[in-house]
Amino acid sequence: MAPDQLLSGWGRTAPTAACVARPGPGDPLGGLFTRSGVIPRGLGRSYGDAAQCSGGTVVDMTARDDVYAEDLETGHVTVAAGASLDALMRRYVPQGWFVPVTPGTRQVTVGGAIAADVHGKNHHVDGSLGLHLTSLTLTTPNGTIDCGPEGPERDLFWATVGGLGLTGIIERATLRLVPIATSSLAVDTERCRDIDELMATMSESDAHFRYSVAWIDCLATGASLGRSVLTRGNHASVDELGPSGSRARRDPLAFRPAVRIGVPAAVPTGLLNRLTVRAFNEAWYRKAPRTARRSLESITSFFHPLDGVRDWNRLYGRRGFLQYQLMVPFGAETDLRHLVESVAASGCASFLTVLKRFGPGNRAPLSFPAAGWTLALDLAVGNPGLGPLLDGLDQVVVSAGGRIYLAKDSRLQPELLAAMYPRLDEWRQVRDRVDPDHLMQSDLSRRLGL
Amino acid sequence: MNDALGHPQSLLVLGGGSDIALATVNALAAQRCRTAILAGRRPEVLDRAAADLRRSHPDTLTVETAPFDALERSGHDKVIQELFARPGGIDLVIVAFAILGDQQVDQEDPESAARVVEVNFTGAVTAMLAVVKQFRAQGRGTLVVLSSVAGVRVRKANFIYGSSKAGLDGFTQGLADSLIGTGIRVLLVRPGFVTTKMTAGMKKAPMSTTAEAVATTIVRGLESGASVVWVPSALRYVMGVMKLLPRAVFRRIPS
Repeated sequence: MAPDQLLSGWGRTAPTAACVARPGPGDPLGGLFTRSGVIPRGLGRSYGDAAQCSGGTVVDMTARDDVYAEDLETGHVTVAAGASLDALMRRYVPQGWFVPVTPGTRQVTVGGAIAADVHGKNHHVDGSLGLHLTSLTLTTPNGTIDCGPEGPERDLFWATVGGLGLTGIIERATLRLVPIATSSLAVDTERCRDIDELMATMSESDAHFRYSVAWIDCLATGASLGRSVLTRGNHASVDELGPSGSRARRDPLAFRPAVRIGVPAAVPTGLLNRLTVRAFNEAWYRKAPRTARRSLESITSFFHPLDGVRDWNRLYGRRGFLQYQLMVPFGAETDLRHLVESVAASGCASFLTVLKRFGPGNRAPLSFPAAGWTLALDLAVGNPGLGPLLDGLDQVVVSAGGRIYLAKDSRLQPELLAAMYPRLDEWRQVRDRVDPDHLMQSDLSRRLGL
Repeated sequence: MNDALGHPQSLLVLGGGSDIALATVNALAAQRCRTAILAGRRPEVLDRAAADLRRSHPDTLTVETAPFDALERSGHDKVIQELFARPGGIDLVIVAFAILGDQQVDQEDPESAARVVEVNFTGAVTAMLAVVKQFRAQGRGTLVVLSSVAGVRVRKANFIYGSSKAGLDGFTQGLADSLIGTGIRVLLVRPGFVTTKMTAGMKKAPMSTTAEAVATTIVRGLESGASVVWVPSALRYVMGVMKLLPRAVFRRIPS
């Protein structure tokens, strides 16, 4: 079969063609492994080329979304890897359970979320997704293997968490949901004048909130460098919804998200430029209250605001965009400030810039989060200054002992990989055991030489 | 692999002695390119070019050379298939071979005129189709084709070379359109007068440029997702006007 389907990541930057297989529930996966490379794919929300395999086979897992087992006493659910977090929330939020970790979109599959070891606004409290799994079933080129965080196959389990789909095809996973009393969040929103105030506020009081994240005006410079809006919240209790008998209290676990608007297929390149981003940033910053103000927000508006805009990635035009997410350990605050300065001084405007404090990392050798700060930038591709800017940021990140998030990468210098992920060889040993011929490949793994 | 910014990691130059192609390899090696294969007719030229590249990028760039002759059309498919048979394939191919010919001589010697057309056009057709076949199998690839403003509107002073480039230019545009949606990108490069060894000793035309400037423009074109670039960029507008001139006016423009 000729590679006939064009696939790209969410950033739409480097489309390549592959053969796409879409196994249904129960179809065997063992026959899919071929010399030309195989990689599983979920809903295609990785920004870069992690779920592409040019000239090889991409296994679209989204037709496999069964729930195999659920225990609503303990919150343990076993689901097929192709099930989306959206589907899990629609099923379990009305029953009083929430996913343990959600990234900025619900439109990801469980398998993809594990392969990226996704984190959310609760990382400083709950860690990344890998910590909330009790078992995995994985089909590798060497056969199907059950594994868990402990036990004889624990190395394979942790190599698969954050393993970018390269240790085999995740078939199913058991995860622990968290109990909630309502589908609302009590959220405190406040402005911070600059990056120092922001980091100080987060360091002092993030512990009072399960969820915390800051939006940064990446174009502010000088005394306003890193001016930001900090939003932090907790799942609301029933009492917080309003007086007894109020409408909100009648259905506290209601979850009925809807897509409100879409983006047309053709958007002029350059719509998101320094001028438009500056105007948006000014308005967004001014809109936020000077001192913390509490409000009730829905799951969608707090966690997944962009899920309300279908195909928002098209806003960046034909050439697409990339997300650059870095982390630096605590103690590297000066480096972080320098990174924000470099971005603000460059000609590249990041439309959404987000800062978050990570808690400790987990045992997965390729997991991205570790104790420290993480900064994420959304950047339109096409500006000639972008390559040099990001190469420069890479150097600062590496010398600060940090790393960038591979699940979002689309342009890292391969030479820096080992410095960013010092346990890379440990991961490779496990991968080589289950896939000695390296049949599992993605455009990302080839580009970085994983 | 080509990254999000359009930078390749491996590339093949067909016409590996070309100054423009070598300047482009230099520029791409400063980005992500780690493997370059120079293919061409004269081994001594390729070896010299390879040595220069290795000197400029001692720790990062692997340079190989390979035989390739534009006139050996029947072998193109096989030669190119063999060049692609390497782990990871080839991300980007520069079609850089061409001969200028000598208009005065070629006008009197039809065989010699045909040779210009065979190298610049017919040979490029077979080579490019062979490359595209490999790109299709690997699901991706970028083809950079060195055309010329001489082919945009053919002048009486060099109509043999000009028409060969016009053919190449038209072929490349049609090919590029046929490849939309396949993961294969084509960048058509239209330089004006470039001071290189090909044009050594010729009178410089207005708006002349250098191989380095063409290389920079090619890299920018890869980054921005362009399908056609002109060097210098103002030639786009100059040639836009030239194309509109009536023949009777155009032929009176001194060359």
